[in-house]
Amino acid sequence: MSSIEQTMLSIQNLCVSVEGKPILKGLDLEIKAGEVHAIMGPNGAGKSTLANVLAGREGYEVTDGKILFAGEDIFELEIEERAHRGLFLAMQYPVELPGVNNTNFLRSALNANRVARGEPELDAVSFLKLVREKIKLVDMDEKFLKRSVNAGFSGGEKKRNEILQMAMLEPTLAVLDETDSGLDIDAMRIVANGVNGLRSPDRAMIVVTHYQRLLDYIEPDFVHVLAGGRIVRSGDKSLVAELEEKGYGWLEKEAAA
Amino acid sequence: MSASSDQVDKLIKSEYEHGFVTNIESETLPPGLNEDTIRFISNKKNEPEFMLEWRLRAYQHWLTMNEPDWASVEHPPIDYQAISYYSAPKKKGDGPKSLDEVDPELLDTYNKLGIPIEEQKALAGIAVDAVFDSVSVATTFRKNLAEAGVIFCSISEALQEYPDLVKQYMGSVVSYKDNFFAALNAAVFSDGTFVFIPKGVRCPMELSTYFRINEANTGQFERTLIVAEAGSYVSYLEGCTAPTRDENQLHAAVVELVAMDDAQIKYSTVQNWYPGDAEGKGGIYNFVTKRGECRGDRSRISWTQVETGSAITWKYPSCILRGKDSVGEFYSVAVTKGRQQADTGTKMIHMGENTRSTIVSKGISAQHGQNAYRGLVRMTPKAENARNHTQCDSLLIGDLCGAHTFPYMEVRNPTAKVEHEATTSKISEDQLFYCRQRGLSEEDAVSMIVNGFCKEVFKELPMEFAVEAQKLLSVTLEGAVG
Repeated sequence: MSSIEQTMLSIQNLCVSVEGKPILKGLDLEIKAGEVHAIMGPNGAGKSTLANVLAGREGYEVTDGKILFAGEDIFELEIEERAHRGLFLAMQYPVELPGVNNTNFLRSALNANRVARGEPELDAVSFLKLVREKIKLVDMDEKFLKRSVNAGFSGGEKKRNEILQMAMLEPTLAVLDETDSGLDIDAMRIVANGVNGLRSPDRAMIVVTHYQRLLDYIEPDFVHVLAGGRIVRSGDKSLVAELEEKGYGWLEKEAAA
Repeated sequence: MSASSDQVDKLIKSEYEHGFVTNIESETLPPGLNEDTIRFISNKKNEPEFMLEWRLRAYQHWLTMNEPDWASVEHPPIDYQAISYYSAPKKKGDGPKSLDEVDPELLDTYNKLGIPIEEQKALAGIAVDAVFDSVSVATTFRKNLAEAGVIFCSISEALQEYPDLVKQYMGSVVSYKDNFFAALNAAVFSDGTFVFIPKGVRCPMELSTYFRINEANTGQFERTLIVAEAGSYVSYLEGCTAPTRDENQLHAAVVELVAMDDAQIKYSTVQNWYPGDAEGKGGIYNFVTKRGECRGDRSRISWTQVETGSAITWKYPSCILRGKDSVGEFYSVAVTKGRQQADTGTKMIHMGENTRSTIVSKGISAQHGQNAYRGLVRMTPKAENARNHTQCDSLLIGDLCGAHTFPYMEVRNPTAKVEHEATTSKISEDQLFYCRQRGLSEEDAVSMIVNGFCKEVFKELPMEFAVEAQKLLSVTLEGAVG
């Protein structure tokens, strides 16, 4: 029996514009801990907009609606505060931070979150032990720990670095924005394994994707189709096959009607 | 003009009348510069005759020169007659009696820079003797150096104890004819550091101006001379991260380094002088001539600098690579924010065969800061197989600042190689968003990215200095974003 307390994320009538143009036009969504929700939809539907608004990125104007994250009004929280509360966004285009050592970055981020939650910082030895353990999850070589964040990484390596960070930070709500874009089958499989390895009853995940194939590997509990700025259809994983067969067109027509 | 001469005459006469040298602590020259001023300074310091003659020749030459105006900096004209060229060192007990009397904002900065309490007291001008036993610290230090045969003292002291050494080397790297400010410095230099490392000696510890903090006020026309004889090594640290104020606006120092066969001199500077207010008024002008000569074969001179202060920084620590197989290095981080301006860089003059030089310049501009890199790489006709690699990177924070590059390359030997790479970047919104989404505050994110940008330079600094420099950068850039 699910209760209000277990609702990780509650989005009500979310309306968002970008440079004056409405993109999300009344989006509703409820996500509970332990669930994996997939958000699919045609290009320009607003999938990445949703992901970015959740994380608090600038450039998005919220014109209406409400988002409650673990019962708190998310718009009252700064970007880093949302992270401290357990929100993690695996980015579609992870940036490079030249000169910033990957290990130092991970440790600073981890400790920033711990301190914000009133926990003590992790000492260097314990931290290294943790990193070595988690790096196995994404099948990455330890040499990546010595490099600068994402500098010179291939697309697949960048995405795996995102999952490594997710593994280290242990978020309660993970939003994966087109995590499979730009990846070949093997890289995608590694990423999917990593994500599956992080599923837990305390954690909710939103997998934003354009293509069905990632969902062959990360089987979602719920599938939503975002078209015309709102969720036009929700279902379980069988919806994915239906979309694969019919495309998005029929749903967009329904939405416009 | 004549009024001040009269005053000077009176002062000089009065001391002879009384038959003893007036206590140095009670004399200050009124503003103005003429030959008598120079005689007064030299006399006050009881300098050997050759020094006075040199000063006077420099002064005469200075009178024939024009102030250079080609730098990419702007400032109101300097009135050289409005400067006092000799001021008495502060009396002990003049300053604040305790930290309670010191500007809390200054203390806040000291704390952020991680400066220990005892050092904070010394920096704030609280009489050092009352604070900690500086005598024993300095004494142990001197003892170790003396055992190694290293000379480390003030120029004034050196002129008394080792006049021949000073005469042999001073002015041999930076002649008083070199430029306007060098001529002025040669004429009126107040004091500075003299270091001499004998043959084959590796100086047992890093030499730092901190250990001379208790000595005479070095003032605005500082003169430093470091000589490393064959096979020797010394690492010298100049400055500190603590913000320093001075009533004197113009700082025109000269630093000369001489390295003989197989010798190595490492010279590191961290400078955080008062940069002026938000409108750019009142800050210090740091116009300094620094040059090292790799006189001997296989010698090596490295300059490493972190410049975050001063209203205007105008300096080109340079290397003359005379000896065969000699090496010159320049690593620099220069930050300009507020209304600061910097025109800084280096000159690498390759004269000997197989000489090598490396230049890594990192410029950071924020708010309205203007940062210019100016570099000269000159390969003279005899520089067979000489090589230079230059990397010049600029980081812009915000959209009101500027970064400018003026590279000069003169190659007169066909076997020489010169490489120049340059990048310009911003701290992007995407980078900040990425860091913040991982839980880091915006300030920590900027600090991390900037330190990453400066890494190559910081790793050349002696470790303690490197840690201080990183903190200094964080403190400097606080509030510079947005």
